[in-house]
Amino acid sequence: MPTAVALPSFSDVIARFDPVMGMEVHVELGTITKMFCGCSTEFGGEPNSQVCPTCLGLPGALPAVNQTAVESAIRIGLALNCQIAEHCRFARKNYFYPDMPKNFQISQYDEPIAYDGWTEVTVDTEDGPRTVHIGIERAHMEEDTGKSLHVGGATGRIHGASHSLLDYNRAGIPLIEIVTKPIEVEPEIAPAVARAYVSGLRDLIRALGVSDARMELGQMRCDANVSLKPSGTTTLGTRTETKNVNSLRSVERAVTFEIRRQASVLDAGETVIQETRHWHEDTGETTSGRVKEEAEDYRYFPEPDLVPVAPSRDWVDQLRTTLPEPPAARRARLQQEWNFTDLEMRDVVNAGAAELIEETIVAGSDAAGAKKWWLGEISRTANERGAPLDAAGITPVDVARVETLIKEGALNDKLARQVVEGVLAGEGSPDQVVEARGLAIVSDESALGTAVDEAIAGQPDVAEKIRGGNMGAVGALIGAVMKATRGQADAKRVRELILERLNS
Amino acid sequence: MTEPSLFRRTAAELADSIASGEVSAVEVAQAHVERIAAVDDAETGVHAFLHVDAERALATAAEVDAKRAAGERLGPLAGVPLALKDVVTTADMPTTAGSKILEGWQPPYDATITRKMREAGIVILGKTNMDEFAMGSSTENSAFGPTRNPWDLSRIPGGSGGGSSAALASFEAPLAIGTDTGGSIRQPAAVTGTVGIKPTYGGVSRYGLIACASSLDQAGPCARTVLDAALLHQVIAGHDPLDSTSIDQPVPDVVAAAMRGADGDLAGLRVGVVKELGGEGYQAGVEARFTEAVEVLGKLGAEVVEVSCPHFVYALPAYYLILPSEVSSNLARFDAMRFGLRIGDDGARSAEEVMNLTRGAGFGAETKRRIILGTYALSSGYYDAYYGQAQKVRTLVSRDFDVAFEQVDVLVSPTAPTTAFPIGEKVDDPLAMYKNDLCTIPSNLAGNASASFPCGLAGEDGLPVGLHVMAPVLADDRLYRVGAALEQALVSEWGGPLLNKVPEPAGS
Repeated sequence: MPTAVALPSFSDVIARFDPVMGMEVHVELGTITKMFCGCSTEFGGEPNSQVCPTCLGLPGALPAVNQTAVESAIRIGLALNCQIAEHCRFARKNYFYPDMPKNFQISQYDEPIAYDGWTEVTVDTEDGPRTVHIGIERAHMEEDTGKSLHVGGATGRIHGASHSLLDYNRAGIPLIEIVTKPIEVEPEIAPAVARAYVSGLRDLIRALGVSDARMELGQMRCDANVSLKPSGTTTLGTRTETKNVNSLRSVERAVTFEIRRQASVLDAGETVIQETRHWHEDTGETTSGRVKEEAEDYRYFPEPDLVPVAPSRDWVDQLRTTLPEPPAARRARLQQEWNFTDLEMRDVVNAGAAELIEETIVAGSDAAGAKKWWLGEISRTANERGAPLDAAGITPVDVARVETLIKEGALNDKLARQVVEGVLAGEGSPDQVVEARGLAIVSDESALGTAVDEAIAGQPDVAEKIRGGNMGAVGALIGAVMKATRGQADAKRVRELILERLNS
Repeated sequence: MTEPSLFRRTAAELADSIASGEVSAVEVAQAHVERIAAVDDAETGVHAFLHVDAERALATAAEVDAKRAAGERLGPLAGVPLALKDVVTTADMPTTAGSKILEGWQPPYDATITRKMREAGIVILGKTNMDEFAMGSSTENSAFGPTRNPWDLSRIPGGSGGGSSAALASFEAPLAIGTDTGGSIRQPAAVTGTVGIKPTYGGVSRYGLIACASSLDQAGPCARTVLDAALLHQVIAGHDPLDSTSIDQPVPDVVAAAMRGADGDLAGLRVGVVKELGGEGYQAGVEARFTEAVEVLGKLGAEVVEVSCPHFVYALPAYYLILPSEVSSNLARFDAMRFGLRIGDDGARSAEEVMNLTRGAGFGAETKRRIILGTYALSSGYYDAYYGQAQKVRTLVSRDFDVAFEQVDVLVSPTAPTTAFPIGEKVDDPLAMYKNDLCTIPSNLAGNASASFPCGLAGEDGLPVGLHVMAPVLADDRLYRVGAALEQALVSEWGGPLLNKVPEPAGS
């Protein structure tokens, strides 16, 4: 269904409509075993090699709850400032689909393990950073489905495929679904808030250590609900749910697109259809998913094969003490400690360098020096190689050592860059690179003295100018000395030596 | 040449004989295999078994003999043959749950109780017939033809576990496993004159039981004597980490209770006759035998009082909402994708079409009826009125038990309102069929322990009647005490076990 008319611009739409968003994020927990059986959760195994009677839904097999998954769910709930249920049940969500072994999913329905929480995200606006409060409706536990691979069609979707292959390795991997309350913010920042929320959630999940939350691997998957209402009104419009928006950039783009698309529908005097929509990364558009005649009836009822989960208050309190510092608070604290501007801190965070800088400082560097290397030389190399910053080939300890060598006067900036380059190229530690490349500053006074004497002798006219008080000419002689020593001299000391000789 | 009457011995006697070396386990297995061959013809005989594995049974028996020869200590039922209801998974035998949709399916794993029985040296003869997915009271809903009652081959052996009860009553096995969702152990026991125990819910692992209704299903022992049932109970009971609903508490000492009961002294025991379970709809001969059995308990020293359980009358309708709801979800996995029957997979049809065709062809009428009922009851807009209300009734039934057990130690009623009815009589009248389980259903809803013990033959048709005994949750031992006391009193009154009166099937 291609868009026949051009969509109204975002700025035009938000002048007339207020968007309301709701985000549903699924996080695959990084537990060693599945939610209800002992099968491995490792990614990338041979299809159907990590299955058993329970996760294949064979007749007679029963689920048993993974306690580590419950613990992770509670910690996520606590980190999102949620209430933790004293008693909650699993429920069956019934629907038929070949990649769902039992044809029901064990999930939670009206009794989530965590509910009624909040988190905060910060976005940039023209008036500076703006912090937004986002309500969390609930976080609940469920199991993942298997994967269908549709073969023979052009799009990889079931339509047009000649047959499908099923891999149940993913079936039963623990998921936590986190659902926000309706998000209503200034219309112009809505897409950025959606992105910042998902980004903040990802950081939080990683800080908790419960999942790597890598969106590109499907470890974190986002569904974005969007509806519009005329500016200033309160009645919610019909929403659409755009499924599987799986990068931060896409979250922002998909929300923006849906806001514009729905406005164009409403402008045409039509009504928005409540439906699920597919996101297309390549075109930046959403398209209609299957429109159902009636709302899907999942026939939820309490899972009779499992007993209720009733986390004791002592356990919950103990888990509360294991929570890491919230990422936003940590960021604010580090910014202050490091004395970075908002802009600098944002660059650091966007580059994923905060932790590396922190470790570099612990290893003896100052903040400015650490930032300079991680955002400069190292970021560039990592980008070129398409590697994450922490896999660029240099450690915080290495970076701190380079900074120490500079401070001690053993390296100047230029040499230090060559050392870092050498470490990144795999030539060893900073000291090994200095040694192997012969990069130490020439501090042998007699060798330096000879070079200075030669420079003066080589440019008598310049020397004469300096004697006459023209200090601007010193640079030329310094340059000659540096050239002669292949840059390995301390420029400050060279200047001193030149002046000593010409002024005496 | 095996001793011809070996198959008439009890499990306890056989175990003793094997342990003492009087007979070998192989001889015992052979005697039962021959007995099955003689009486179990699918067309004309009892047809208790869907699958018999004589070779494996004899091999297992030989292992027991070898262990004995090596001086190893044997378990109390080592070498004793058993008939296993075909709803329990076995890695070395097909498991069909009486359904065409699982015809020929061989599970890749043993149920927990299968494993426990193997470890105890019990010899599994084969798998017994049942109503499809344990739904029925006559075994007529089996996709593989009905089982016939050894007392009268034209009559039903009860259900859903009619194969197990008939195997006991026809001396094809001294022990059997049943599963009880609404009476499927107890009602077949009653109409075949055998002993059937439904343990406390969670007392025996459900891992490997093909689910009918998860919150109601419970596996239990079936036997010809109370002591035999207790010995089997001890083997299969206990906590299982693979079944979250199994109870992590010590198993009541049911063998000791059976032995104590056999002393015939029930002094101090308070017995409550449930007022609501009798009267209209109950066969006269059933009521007569029931009344006499209660009198026997009184003579043995028990104090008998009448107790009212006012919500029991709502148990049947509540059950027929909760059970189908769970069934509709539990049976969703039978979709032709990973195992079992697959119809219409011609390369052109979609997965959805293959699912539809397979389920249409693979499920029987009663199964479909209950799937449809359950799907409806769970539908949005109807959930509260049906499933929700039924759960409230369930709570009220449990409270009735709680109140009753404050006054008495056990409750009693007839097990079923009638004796075995003729095959075909109720197949077209589901409601009449459902009413067979009036007395047994409350214990499934509440999860407490219950049993049926033989208490004589109805005067009008000469068919067996069962006494239904209900005990509180985790008080399974009380059932055995009462059952054993009644058994010793009645057997001496009758001059021998009731099953001595079973006619010898023609051709055997």
